[in-house]
Amino acid sequence: MTEQKHGRPGAVPAARVRHLTKTYGSGQALVTALDDVSLDLAAGEFTAIMGPSGSGKSTLMHCCAALDTGTSGEVYIGDQELTRLKDKALTRLRRDEIGFVFQSFNLVPTLTARENIVLPLAIARRRPDAGWFESVIATVGLGDRLDHKPNELSGGQQQRVAIARALVSRPRIVFADEPTGNLDSRSGGEVLDLLRSSVDGHAQTIVMVTHDPVAAAYTDRVVFLADGRVVHEVRDPDRESVLEVMATMSAPVAR
Amino acid sequence: MLRAALKSLMGRKVRLLLSTFAIVLGVAFVAGSLVFSDTLSRSFTALFASTVGDVVVRPEGAGDLRNGPSTRTVPASVVEELRPVEGAARVDGNVTELGVFVVDGENKVVGGQGPPGIAGNWSDAPAGHGLEGLSIVIGAEPEGRDQVVLDVSTAERAGYSRGDRVRIVTTGDQAVLNPVLVGLADFAQGGSLNGATYVAFDTPTTQQLFTGGRDVYTDLWVTAEDGVSQEELRDAVAQRLPEGVEAVTGDDVADENASQLLEAITFLTTFLLIFAGISLVVGAFLIVNTFSILVAQRSRELALLRALGASRRQVTRSVMLESLVLGVLGSTIGLGLGVLLAMLIRLVFGRFGLDLSEQPLVFAPRTFVASYAIGIVVTMAAAYLPARRSARIAPVQALRDDISMPETSMHRRFVGGLVLVAAGCGALATGLFTSVDRGGWFVGAGVLAVLLGVASASPVLSRPFLRLSQRLLARVFGAVGNLAGQNSLRNPRRTTATASALMIGLALAATMAIVGDSAKASVDQTIEENFRGDYVVSNLMGQSFSSRIGDQMGALEGVGTVARQRWAFADVDGDPQGVGASQRTSFEGALGLEMVGGSLDDLATGTVLLSDKYADELGLAVGDDLEVTFNNEDLTYPVVGIFADNPILGFPVQTTLATLRDAGFPDRDNLLVLDVAQQSPALQERIEAVVADLPIVTVKDQAAFAEEQRGPIDQLVLMIFALLGLALFIAVLGIVNTLALSIIERTREVGLLRAVGLSRAQLRRMVTFESVVIAVLGAVLGSVLGVFFGIAMMYALRDEGLEVISVPWDQIGAFLAVSVVVGVLAAVLPARRAARLDVLSAIATD
Repeated sequence: MTEQKHGRPGAVPAARVRHLTKTYGSGQALVTALDDVSLDLAAGEFTAIMGPSGSGKSTLMHCCAALDTGTSGEVYIGDQELTRLKDKALTRLRRDEIGFVFQSFNLVPTLTARENIVLPLAIARRRPDAGWFESVIATVGLGDRLDHKPNELSGGQQQRVAIARALVSRPRIVFADEPTGNLDSRSGGEVLDLLRSSVDGHAQTIVMVTHDPVAAAYTDRVVFLADGRVVHEVRDPDRESVLEVMATMSAPVAR
Repeated sequence: MLRAALKSLMGRKVRLLLSTFAIVLGVAFVAGSLVFSDTLSRSFTALFASTVGDVVVRPEGAGDLRNGPSTRTVPASVVEELRPVEGAARVDGNVTELGVFVVDGENKVVGGQGPPGIAGNWSDAPAGHGLEGLSIVIGAEPEGRDQVVLDVSTAERAGYSRGDRVRIVTTGDQAVLNPVLVGLADFAQGGSLNGATYVAFDTPTTQQLFTGGRDVYTDLWVTAEDGVSQEELRDAVAQRLPEGVEAVTGDDVADENASQLLEAITFLTTFLLIFAGISLVVGAFLIVNTFSILVAQRSRELALLRALGASRRQVTRSVMLESLVLGVLGSTIGLGLGVLLAMLIRLVFGRFGLDLSEQPLVFAPRTFVASYAIGIVVTMAAAYLPARRSARIAPVQALRDDISMPETSMHRRFVGGLVLVAAGCGALATGLFTSVDRGGWFVGAGVLAVLLGVASASPVLSRPFLRLSQRLLARVFGAVGNLAGQNSLRNPRRTTATASALMIGLALAATMAIVGDSAKASVDQTIEENFRGDYVVSNLMGQSFSSRIGDQMGALEGVGTVARQRWAFADVDGDPQGVGASQRTSFEGALGLEMVGGSLDDLATGTVLLSDKYADELGLAVGDDLEVTFNNEDLTYPVVGIFADNPILGFPVQTTLATLRDAGFPDRDNLLVLDVAQQSPALQERIEAVVADLPIVTVKDQAAFAEEQRGPIDQLVLMIFALLGLALFIAVLGIVNTLALSIIERTREVGLLRAVGLSRAQLRRMVTFESVVIAVLGAVLGSVLGVFFGIAMMYALRDEGLEVISVPWDQIGAFLAVSVVVGVLAAVLPARRAARLDVLSAIATD
């Protein structure tokens, strides 16, 4: 469908979704959030998932991130199939293999920026790799604000702390849910630059759910969802190509 | 959706109820004690009415039951004298004796310690107001020395039925009787012996046994003819009485008897009311906390109300209204629980022989008024602070993301708390160390003020502790410990308010533990220092026993001297005062009296010795006269000596055996101290053999005697644990409540932690750590305060003979250990709740 401009070496999928269906309710009230979705999320790639409200993009991300389970179908993180895992294994998977960035930052208010960043490692009772920690800190660019509590940081700084937290455990894949949704455009740009550079610099796999065509333009690949199905995909998007697809997507409804 | 809404409503209701639980308990104790004491006072007079005749003729002063029936009696001739009195239907003579007990097949005294054992001559005389008194329900009246009648309940408890031989022990010279049970008596028209046991012989036998064979009575009942009132009859009878004998109406005697028992029961009501007070104070803390959290959770909603134009007062009022509903609800449940409590107490009293089951519970209007007033006032007063604070939320905050409740400055609270502590210490010192009126109130108010002050200052005061525990937890348990420690620091007001509930309970328990332990240590020290004999012989009931026992023991080979001690109750200067008596030689021998003034050699019949402290109190010295009233008879005894206060003797006035005999007291001993050449099990066995068939009299060596003396203190300690149990229970509820609310408040954070990889077990551990920190904080504060209160109190009691101050560190250590357990237990439900939280929805909540 879309031609592949750059043959990426790390095209091995970091996560795979096969025939994933998710329904809520039953009978007449049955709502299908995901309808037989199959998708590969390549390692070392920055993917955006877009779609109108109710298209199922958040549900898809939650299922991939081991926060939610589908009604049928399979989800793999690396070689691990999630639907068969118990809570304990899922917790460990989240801790070791997955990073999160939320729209509303979600930092622990009682901990300093540094403590928030190392939290996943601390929970696992692992010491942060000093070199990696330094390089993450350097990338995030917080410098002297590491010993501040979240309420002493600006929104952009808080989100950068959240990203550092997601990166510090070197997860296989990072999920970001509207990471710029609560930020002004300048802070948002900084956050997206940071995500982009961690893909380019550290070959980090990132999946981001967003509404914003500008944010989507930072990615390698945009997957469009509508009514629970993957309807389109754009490689190496820019703002215009994304807007174009969005326009065609709303067209059939208008017709 | 509807179900979800209902569920969340129910969830909140349960939580609110949890916080009112302490109020419920407090109101229940208030209502229970009021209902029970009302029931008692109404039914008591009725209970006693059928145990007295219309008019009772008795030796003057014989109403003083402390000494038992007087040796002074009414001559039988008075019966004939009174028969012709106008309005008198009949005159019956009674011989009554106390200290006569029924022994069951297992050699156990029926009734155990406490209720008296009554013996009397069988009489079918009706009780006052034409009520039928005790009457034979099975069998026949007793006739002759070998026949006896028991009351139904005693026979049942002892397992005797008609035709059996009954074992009876008396304090008289003939210590053991073995008559045949020929009949059973019961109150035909309701009435109760209140747990006492009753034994009846025919009149000649009773006189032979208890009045030395003289034809005399301890009192007479004069029964009124129809239409003659008790007062009229009393006046008519009084004109014909010889000197030294008085006539009293039956109603007055019933009241006398009832009030003496009621007085003993007041103690229970006081105890319940203290419990009520503690519950209410602690409950107030929990309510302040709950409302603070609930208001904080609803702050956005409240800010919205303000933005929409609601006035501050309207916001406050809406919160206060909620507390009113809660108060009404809590009081109602408390009232219901109080009724159950009263029924439970009635049941327990029934077990101990005071059968009130026939008496309906009395609900006086004041019970309702007091219950609701207390419950509602405490709840609303506690909710007032958070309600007022909620009104200070700025309307603009409805539009903001993070809403923080306006809080009073911690600094101001700290200073206010310190002022309160200082004031409390002042009141405490005034109550303890000066002779101010109503010192108890000062002490109580001081303790309360110190507790409230510390609670108020504790957000600042506890910070070092919380920081330390956070560091410690972080060091030992890593991230999970760090998170828990940080959580407890996050809102120090909430943490410390929750801990305060435990603090108050433990402070009181620790105080009591110190008082109890010190008292025990004092008893031990006293006995060790003053106990010179080898064995003590005493009556289980503290009552007297035949002087023959002492004679027999003195005759045993290997027994050196037998020191006798007798007790009598008198009035000195209008205050009740015990008087002890012994042989002169015993005072210097086994009883170890140390004279500080006068000489023992001068002690003769009709003279007394005083303890140095008591002599000071009365302002008497050797050569002065002591005026004593024995059974309404005024006597004067010259003081011939002053002795150093001696706890073994118990009473500060001592005299000779003959003095008491002359004053009308029987020849019976209360305590024997045996001095033996060589202590040996064989000798103890032979001594015990003397009283083998008298289970009421026991032989103890020094250790056992000390043990017995510590008995009442052990009961006190038991009450401490009841207190502690209650405090722990309420504290657990408080911690559960706070944690549950905190977790709801932190739903999103919990979700985040789970999302970044915190396992359920780790999450549970985090909640548990936080809970333990709160509990240990409360326990530490409480123990420190308790040790302070306890030592202060013991200093104040130093003059009362409690010279040893002993802090039971092991017990206080145990309190701390228990508090850890409390913390763990309190965390169970909130932790499970937190662990069950759905990660996704926790994150999704906006």
